[in-house]
Amino acid sequence: MKKFTTTLAALMILGSSSSFGDGHKVKVGMITTLSGGGSGLGIDVRDGFMLAVKGNKNISVITKDDQRKPDIAVQLADKMIQSDKVDVLTGIIWSNLAMAVVPATVNQGKFYLSPNAGPSKLAGKGCHKNYFNVAWQNDNLHEAAGGYANSAGFKNSFILAPNYPAGKDALTGYKRYFKGSLAGEIYTKLGQKDYAAEIAQIRASGADSVFFFLPGGMGIGFMKQFSQSGIKLPVVGPAFSFDQGILKAVGDAALGVKNTSQWSKDIDNDANKKFVKDFQSEYGRLPSLYASQGYDTGKLLISAMSKAKVKDMDKFRDALRKADFLSTRGKFSFDKNHHPIQDIYVREVIKEGKILTNKIVSVGLKDHSNAYVSECKM
Amino acid sequence: MTSILFFEQLLNGMQFGTMLFLMSAGLTLIFGVMGLINLAHGSFYMIGAFSAALIASLTGSFWLALLASLSGAAIAGVLIEIIIIRRLYRRDHLDQVLATFALILLLSEGVRWCFGAFPLYLDIPKNLNGTLPILDDIIYSKYRLFIIFMGLLIAIGLYILIAKTRLGIRIRAGQNDRQMISALGVDISKLYTIVFALGASLAGLAGAMIGAIQSVEVGMGEPILILAFVVIVIGGIGSIKGAFIGSILVGVTDTIGRIFLPEILKAFMEPASATSVGSSIGSMLIYILMALILIIKPSGLFGKT
Repeated sequence: MKKFTTTLAALMILGSSSSFGDGHKVKVGMITTLSGGGSGLGIDVRDGFMLAVKGNKNISVITKDDQRKPDIAVQLADKMIQSDKVDVLTGIIWSNLAMAVVPATVNQGKFYLSPNAGPSKLAGKGCHKNYFNVAWQNDNLHEAAGGYANSAGFKNSFILAPNYPAGKDALTGYKRYFKGSLAGEIYTKLGQKDYAAEIAQIRASGADSVFFFLPGGMGIGFMKQFSQSGIKLPVVGPAFSFDQGILKAVGDAALGVKNTSQWSKDIDNDANKKFVKDFQSEYGRLPSLYASQGYDTGKLLISAMSKAKVKDMDKFRDALRKADFLSTRGKFSFDKNHHPIQDIYVREVIKEGKILTNKIVSVGLKDHSNAYVSECKM
Repeated sequence: MTSILFFEQLLNGMQFGTMLFLMSAGLTLIFGVMGLINLAHGSFYMIGAFSAALIASLTGSFWLALLASLSGAAIAGVLIEIIIIRRLYRRDHLDQVLATFALILLLSEGVRWCFGAFPLYLDIPKNLNGTLPILDDIIYSKYRLFIIFMGLLIAIGLYILIAKTRLGIRIRAGQNDRQMISALGVDISKLYTIVFALGASLAGLAGAMIGAIQSVEVGMGEPILILAFVVIVIGGIGSIKGAFIGSILVGVTDTIGRIFLPEILKAFMEPASATSVGSSIGSMLIYILMALILIIKPSGLFGKT
């Protein structure tokens, strides 16, 4: 009898390890910012991703809060890789955190799908076959803003961004496309909320337009103070300062501002309509571009899982590279350095009833890739 | 660089300074009277801003919102003092730091739980919108002038309170000799609650006034808390006068340095690196100032040795 039970137990163990379907399961580790300042971005990415994978029994997700601190993100990544044995990591919002986590993750043979941060280093020399960016390369939206400034006839821009890697990427991106001259160029302190001093400089500079990249709470302060200052210059910026999560806090000061984005609520395709509708009914608020990026990341993962097992890394990577999913952005493909080729739109802040939101005005850059493809040896 | 721009930046520095004063006055009073290091002071700034945003969205009145920020932060201050802070007075500073740090986390997550992770909307009243011409060529934001005015008003009010009233005498006595004043029959624990609530409400008012031109969001109080600590160290811990002078000094140094340092550096180096080096040094300037003052006066400008 005892022999029989041991055999049975052994069989069960064998059976479970070789049971079909098991290889199709994917364990996802999501590290994102869920508390403190900037948590709105992480919450949107998480909610978008969870919406995309909702009801999919083959995906299990472990979500952890990085508190916007690089050291914590690194600890979480180590734990997820070593003890939770995740196959895929995703979720990081901030470029400095991505720089701390991504290289070690992909070198340990895990996939990393970025739903937001796209620092230039990871697109150029530091690119890796296991790293895919589903959002954009950091410079992209700013390049489109520079292109828009040309078409709007701006000749003399005043530009400002926070003094950190993504801020420098931003001004580089704008200058790469903007043909006019610069009335001034300022790096502000990261996390700065009061721009009285900078606004006084803008007033004195004789600029004909203002470009700024101040994500999250920084942009709220700037827009409100700028509109109170009585300066009547046109403002252009990337979508980060005008996304759904913060428009409410900026208020009417944002009305009419042109901003550039790879996604908008009114992009006309079925996948996007379904996403906007499902997101609203699931969470009771309008989605932001961050939510769309999280959603597309989830859909990309599902598309690859239907083609290959995650343990077969080469096949799974090929499946990811094909990007064979219906993106909320419509046309979407990966360039050689695993960053998107996509249209970037110019949007305008409008009022729909009482709610501030964005509508597409034109296509800023068509089938846009990034400037770092040639630096990537992969 | 024109003199107009310089004068405007000076006003900006003043405005920043008066707001810092509202934060640091409470911090320095609480430290001076009760010997408590209160890291959670920034949370009252946040509570004030959130109470104001809530009332503004319900009533539409900015003035009611300001009132709500004062009372909201004061109520929170009283509750927290009675429930938690009271137990910390006799502990050493490390325990106080740990406990009030825990309070920051609790209050931040509590506010996020109630209001959500997204920033709230709070705007300035219509009649303070726009600019006001002062002198010939200088135009300046009405609302920022209002902030400077309020800050000065409260500074005078606090001076009268501390120097001329019975409560002020008790506060000063509490600062000098805690045991003696309680031996004389003053209800010391009530006095502590009042001082703590006063400090909290000033921070709350600052949060609401600044929240209206910046953003009302979770964690907004911590960056300004650090500056408030710099201010009270410069001014001398426990001294309201020191807090006032220190605030204006820090406000003006920070604003002027941030703007003019890159301009000055442009004379020696190429513009791009001047901007980035200048803004880096600019953000260090107040700490350099603090270090210099502490070398000359180790207990701050008006601190007791």
